[in-house]
Amino acid sequence: MYVLRRIMALIKKEFMVILRDPKSRFVVIGPPLIQFFFFGYAATFDVTNVRYALLDQDRTSLSRELAADFSGSENFQLVRYLNSIQEIDDAIDSQDVRIVIHIEENFTKKLLTDSAATVQVIADGRNSNVASVALGYAENIISKFNQDQLSGGGSDPSKIFLSIDDRAWFNSNLLSRWYIVAPLGGTISMVIVMILTSLSVAREREFGTFDQLLVAPFTPGEILLAKSLPGIIFGLIDSMLLVAGSVWWFGLPFKGSIIALVLIMTLFMISIVGIGLLVSSLSMTMQQALLGSFAFIMPAVVLSGFTTPIENMPQWLQTGTLANPLRYIVTALRWIFLEGAGIADVWPQMWPLMIIAALTLPPAAWLFRHRVG
Amino acid sequence: MSPQNSDNHVLQAQGLCKDFPRKGQAPTQALIDVSLAVQAGMITGLVGSDGAGKTTLLRLAAGLLLPTRGQIRVLNLDCAHQSIEIQSRVGYMPQQFGLYQDLTVQENLDLFADLQGVPKNIRPQRYARLLEMTDLAPFTGRRAGKLSGGMKQKLGLACALIKSPQMLLLDEPTVGVDPVSRRDLWDIVAQLVSEDGIGVLIATSYLDEADRCHRLVVLQNGKVLAQGNPEEFHEKVRGRVYRFTPNRPEEIRLLQATLAARNDVLDAAIRSGRVRCVINSVSASELLPKTDFKQIESCEPNFEDAFMALAPHPRVEFLPDQTNEKPQVAQDIVVKARNLKKTFGDFTAVSGINFDVQRGRIFGLLGPNGAGKTTTFRMLCGLTSVSDGEISVAGHNLRRSRARARADLGYMAQAFSLYRQLSVHSNLEFYGRSYGLHGKRLEQRIDWALDEFELRERRNLPAGDLPGGFKQRLAMATAMLHEPAILFLDEPTSGADPLARREFWLRINGFAQQGVTVIVTTHFMEEAEYCDHLMIMSHGTDLAQGTPDAIRQLARTPDTPDPTIEDAFIALAEGRTMNLSGKAS
Amino acid sequence: MTMNGSFLMRLRGLLRKEYLQIIRDPSSILLALVMPLIMLFLFGYGVSLNPTRIQVAIVTTESSPAVNDLVARFELSPYFAPLFVTSANEAQKLVSNGEVDGFINIRDGFTRDLVKTGQAPVQVIVNGIDANRARLIAGYARGAIEKWRELRRARGEQAAYAGVQIASRIRFNESNESRFFLVPGLIALIMTLIGTLLTALVIAREWERGTMEAILVTPLRLHELLLGKLIPYYILGMLGMLISVAGGLWIFNVPLRGSFSLLFLMSSLFLIASLGFGLAISAAVRAQFVAAQIAILAGFLPAFFLSGMLFDLESTPRVIQWVSHIIPARHFVAISHTLFLAGNITSVLWPAAAALTVMAAVLLLIVRRKLSKRLE
Repeated sequence: MYVLRRIMALIKKEFMVILRDPKSRFVVIGPPLIQFFFFGYAATFDVTNVRYALLDQDRTSLSRELAADFSGSENFQLVRYLNSIQEIDDAIDSQDVRIVIHIEENFTKKLLTDSAATVQVIADGRNSNVASVALGYAENIISKFNQDQLSGGGSDPSKIFLSIDDRAWFNSNLLSRWYIVAPLGGTISMVIVMILTSLSVAREREFGTFDQLLVAPFTPGEILLAKSLPGIIFGLIDSMLLVAGSVWWFGLPFKGSIIALVLIMTLFMISIVGIGLLVSSLSMTMQQALLGSFAFIMPAVVLSGFTTPIENMPQWLQTGTLANPLRYIVTALRWIFLEGAGIADVWPQMWPLMIIAALTLPPAAWLFRHRVG
Repeated sequence: MSPQNSDNHVLQAQGLCKDFPRKGQAPTQALIDVSLAVQAGMITGLVGSDGAGKTTLLRLAAGLLLPTRGQIRVLNLDCAHQSIEIQSRVGYMPQQFGLYQDLTVQENLDLFADLQGVPKNIRPQRYARLLEMTDLAPFTGRRAGKLSGGMKQKLGLACALIKSPQMLLLDEPTVGVDPVSRRDLWDIVAQLVSEDGIGVLIATSYLDEADRCHRLVVLQNGKVLAQGNPEEFHEKVRGRVYRFTPNRPEEIRLLQATLAARNDVLDAAIRSGRVRCVINSVSASELLPKTDFKQIESCEPNFEDAFMALAPHPRVEFLPDQTNEKPQVAQDIVVKARNLKKTFGDFTAVSGINFDVQRGRIFGLLGPNGAGKTTTFRMLCGLTSVSDGEISVAGHNLRRSRARARADLGYMAQAFSLYRQLSVHSNLEFYGRSYGLHGKRLEQRIDWALDEFELRERRNLPAGDLPGGFKQRLAMATAMLHEPAILFLDEPTSGADPLARREFWLRINGFAQQGVTVIVTTHFMEEAEYCDHLMIMSHGTDLAQGTPDAIRQLARTPDTPDPTIEDAFIALAEGRTMNLSGKAS
Repeated sequence: MTMNGSFLMRLRGLLRKEYLQIIRDPSSILLALVMPLIMLFLFGYGVSLNPTRIQVAIVTTESSPAVNDLVARFELSPYFAPLFVTSANEAQKLVSNGEVDGFINIRDGFTRDLVKTGQAPVQVIVNGIDANRARLIAGYARGAIEKWRELRRARGEQAAYAGVQIASRIRFNESNESRFFLVPGLIALIMTLIGTLLTALVIAREWERGTMEAILVTPLRLHELLLGKLIPYYILGMLGMLISVAGGLWIFNVPLRGSFSLLFLMSSLFLIASLGFGLAISAAVRAQFVAAQIAILAGFLPAFFLSGMLFDLESTPRVIQWVSHIIPARHFVAISHTLFLAGNITSVLWPAAAALTVMAAVLLLIVRRKLSKRLE
């Protein structure tokens, strides 16, 4: 009873310290929401409204038909017509357009004489992703044009030699927003929890209250518990709020199990709190704590697969990401949201988080008393 | 006090007011209708408690703030509009002089010489003089961050003096400085005034320093309470200052408490083994029965006496329980240290000290900043590991013992270290519960604390918004809430004004009377008088141990027949003591 | 003359002080010189938009020359690491487990249909969860099949109709390396870090340590104080920029097609704007904690998300595009991409440079007005 009452007092104090201070109250609620909405819209690899210019040197009904396929596509936006090949580079260089569609002279003639007619597509490679995606769109339109010509255009159907039927599962309209927004809540909550917990011990050190705690009859384990809870609770509140926002604001499907979500999110928060408290008990000042959490957050986000796939990294770096807790929650959130994963499915993402927590929390508690100032 | 000879004035203020806006409230009035003058060739002291407006006045003079109303002129220049000109002719030293810690002594001097535009050709002789004055010549290559507190302040002063200013503004230059450096700083200032004839305005909360000024201005709550020469102040209390000698040296605190509780005693302080009083009534002999003290004598007033008589201060009733005399278990040793050592890398913070503290005693750790007091103190509380030697507090080594062993301790840290954003009541409640108080008992103790420390009116205020003196009270209240047997106080009076310090020691006195063992560190030498037993530390070693009386004896010479603890410290630090074997047990 | 002389003396004093502080404080060096390298490696190696060795399943039961040829296209492609299964069900399971990113279904009777009708559908199914990756994978698969078809046509095994061929060319980045796109953008991020975060922190530190008060009471002019901070951190920022450029050119082989002096000049403009922002923050708040929060929230994060260094701005909603115009990093990223990959293209460079100039001027003006030699 005695012990329990003291711990309750300690936990209550930790919450009050965060909630009483307008600055930290704001940090807990304000930035996560602002970031969520901004990044939810801004962080996308989707490419829409590709501005393009058309150079039609053939000027036949067939070339116009192809041109109409482009201008009719919702992915493309015609900005201007070019008159000569010389104008192509300039249009791209000046960033007036991002791709140029060039239909060569004799396009129709070649097509009708069964030799290959070429459409040149020139893309601006300054943004490599936009270039690949825009080229992909162009290829789609052209292969569809081919099929239309062959089936409906009165040509001999026997000449159709191959059709590629490509389909995407789980996300049939290929919107990358879902892919980014699903783990966004977890990522943003991580930043907040990291700042919150990394400051928690460092602030008490800087204001001298930590000595007061160490002199009181608390064990390091009790302090650890009380210091962890606010991070875990606020992290869960934030992440659940953002999960709700993903579903109701950004219209994401939620196909998986809520229990699995809560379970893995809790484990994730515990592991982040472990890292945050480790950083915090290593720091003597709030500035060191902030720089320390910055030094963790940057690589953690870059190497989590949140923005770019882990599979694209070199092998040694892929191995390195196994120590990154964010990697597991990013994967798990995508599975739960978009693939309908349950507890058993996300288990492979759970136990590494438990290991991270087990490796960070005890040294953090040990450092409370042993960090030499 | 209108300016008589304005040619000779380096600073004049007329009807000066300064307000600081506050969110949603009436502005704070830091200075209200202040008029004063500072003359060349003189040291003018600005005296007052915390928040009296001393720093604001100095900043206005330096052109760092704009007056709300009224006028302030320095060297006949308007501080509001001609600040650049003033700044090139005035030396200003802020409270904690902003030395660049990463730069060496020489680099700091170079920087301020560059900023003040000191011509290259006169620098060598200027540097030579300043370094000689401040004794910093051997340390020019050392980084400012690695200097001792006293050396830092001297370097700050040297930087402020780099361009032979016509006026010097000093904001509490001796706070936290050891007595030797303090004396040096004052000697430098006095030398400048007599040799160069500059005018000096110096803010201080050390009342004993005031007697080195030529003229004094007492500020209280932003208003000028009084001004005049030291002699004029002395006159106000002449014939009302007495010294009471106790029957036995151990009874001195009881005697002080008894005197302090009297309505007609304006001030009672322990000085050199006697209680020094300023009284209201004329006949001092009628104050107490003759049997309560050994001797009474009238003495020459000083500024401190006058100041204490001038400033209205709250009376602390702390009469010890006469019937329940101090429990005589003094043989019971509560805290013990044997050959205690602490090293940080190759730096030795504490090198092999020994001491015992008996139950119900006040044990004082004295010494300048950086002497190793705080390290020793933190080892006692279990906050820092011990490099070598043995330590025991109530039979435990707190670093290794279980958490429960700490339940009997009270701890008050150096800086105000409570949760600023939590209210007074929440802080008390949290610390009470931390020590296992709950239910009715907790309520009782919180009630006791709110009444005892007069915090009831402010119980819902965030602790960070409390005025300075009340923060101190709250810190003490939380440390005492669970009725600890041992109380650790780390520099509890650092930064507190004279009134708050008086009040504080009366309380400590009271707790010790009730059998609480108190271990206290302080750099105020005169506070050592309140302790039963002292250890004076310097550079990690103990210079001397013993009762205040025994320590003072060490410095007794024909020239100083009645030395203070401060005299003893200076003597010890300079190795001038008659009898170093006087390291009393 | 004397006026001028004392100006130079004061400035020299400040500059020497700042120099000594920087070389003696490991955290500034760390942030200014080591952080760029770490970020360069992180982005150079860690962030890639180019998938390679994609795990796909190929569903086939046949082993005719035509099928073998088609499969070989996938096996030889640097993009694919195919594994083989015999039924579509099996392949579906692999996709669901996340073991493969998609499968290519060559149906039973493929060879027969191809010979008989010349028509043989191949099904390409990709996991669409990562839409961007899915699009690229589908594109690569289509490319591999195209290649097979061309090969057959060249060998005369294919019907004569060629249809419309697409000849694509990615200007400035022929092999479409995402590093070429990421590294130039990263420079904006690194310079924001030094210009805004470090500058805001060091000035806040001067307030917290009381050194600002000591400096303010000297006859120092405000513009000298400003120059005293601008010049050292300008140099530090340019050092960070040079390190990133050198790393980009020599470690990651990014081409620099425009002129280096233009890059230097425009980086300077951007850095001054960043410094202006850092100084403005520190003129407004005097605590390191708050300064760091603002610098990260209003400086670093927008430079990451809203500058176009990673995410394409034109595909975001209008409002976000508008907001992005007030972010200096956005203009510098455009400059950097163009100078590195395209060349000295004035129609892109000058408007962006003009925007940066206006921002730098406005920010410095704000700083000048906000900064005061008084403590209030």
